[in-house]
Amino acid sequence: MTIPMTDLDALPLLTRLSHTQRAAIAGVSRIETYEPGTRLFEEGGLADQCWVVLSGCVMIDTVVPPRGRITLQSIGPGELLGWSWLVPPYRWHFGATVVSPTRAAVVDTGALRVLADEDPALGYQLSLILIDALLNRLQATRIRLLDLYRNPS
Amino acid sequence: MTTWVPTPYEVVTRTVETHDSVTLTLRPVAESLPAFRPGQFAMLYAHGVGEVPISISAIPGDGTLVHTIRAVGAVSRTLHDAGPGTVIGVRGPFGTAWRLDDAEDLLVVAGGIGLAPLRPVLGHPAKRTVLIAGARSRQDLLYQDEIAQLSDVDVVLTVDHGDHDWHGRVGFVTEPLASIPLDPDRTTALLCGPEPMMRFCARTLLGRGLPAERIQVSLERNMQCGVGLCGHCQLGPLLLCRDGPVTGYPMAEPLLLAKEL
Repeated sequence: MTIPMTDLDALPLLTRLSHTQRAAIAGVSRIETYEPGTRLFEEGGLADQCWVVLSGCVMIDTVVPPRGRITLQSIGPGELLGWSWLVPPYRWHFGATVVSPTRAAVVDTGALRVLADEDPALGYQLSLILIDALLNRLQATRIRLLDLYRNPS
Repeated sequence: MTTWVPTPYEVVTRTVETHDSVTLTLRPVAESLPAFRPGQFAMLYAHGVGEVPISISAIPGDGTLVHTIRAVGAVSRTLHDAGPGTVIGVRGPFGTAWRLDDAEDLLVVAGGIGLAPLRPVLGHPAKRTVLIAGARSRQDLLYQDEIAQLSDVDVVLTVDHGDHDWHGRVGFVTEPLASIPLDPDRTTALLCGPEPMMRFCARTLLGRGLPAERIQVSLERNMQCGVGLCGHCQLGPLLLCRDGPVTGYPMAEPLLLAKEL
């Protein structure tokens, strides 16, 4: 399904893009809805798309024998899911499962790369968006390492 | 008399919230203390053990006091273990309250036991209220049944460690904070939790265009006298038992980087 521009215009993630640039992103994206339990990708699989969650929740996980599949992080509304497509070997480092009814913009990352190559201004803005998302995720992960909520006793 | 002499209150109910936290409802044995406002705290005295500052965690309006207590030391452990009928000494109300007068949209961000002082503001009649609450795990989240009943509040719960029974978010509170719909021109943010959490949340909000003047944090140090005389709770120019715990972020920002208690 074609992505409505109102969805992209409302995303804080994309506020640094012009309406025209968002329209270009919409041209390489589609809307998908997912039921809970849907497996979006597996660790080691080919990373050729990414998602912007519009509503719902997706869990990123990995397998830790013998504990099984361990949830590492959730991705909620307005957040970007997946960046293993950015750099070789283009394989997912983790897996991802939908845990509540989810609506997401699915971006064809091959086509997105072509767009960025053809329009360096858009490519630069996309880079900043991705760096911002990566920084937020990295900083949140570092803070979690502090274990701030632990009982001091 | 209420400032220095503990007023006797009796534990009426004791509700277990998590493995280390309980909520006590206290009823005055005779005289009652003046009304508390959200964000203020009381000094609770466990007879023969000691006194600790505990924020008010609900305001029923019937003269009772409600405090959520996490057992972290000898005094708080004694209070935590106090069953119905136990008499506790109470001094207060002390400190500053959350400033809600001009709040159109209310953004409440809590970490761990920091949800307790913010619980009373969840009923404030804002145009829109968002609660983002973080905890170590699903088992550590306070007031889960009550939060599930909140109909006028957009709730985001997130934990550091998920398990198979958890279908909320896994991650730190800054992550939903960075992506939730937010109108910086009409939002007032209230933050309570570990100080690094408040620092990082405030920075995220500043990055989203929220003015520092619209961010409030709750600071705590070694509160003892409750009226700004003993100096034990000094943080920079503030005596937090009197000038805090609720503090505007422009004042709090440099103090949150203090390396020592």
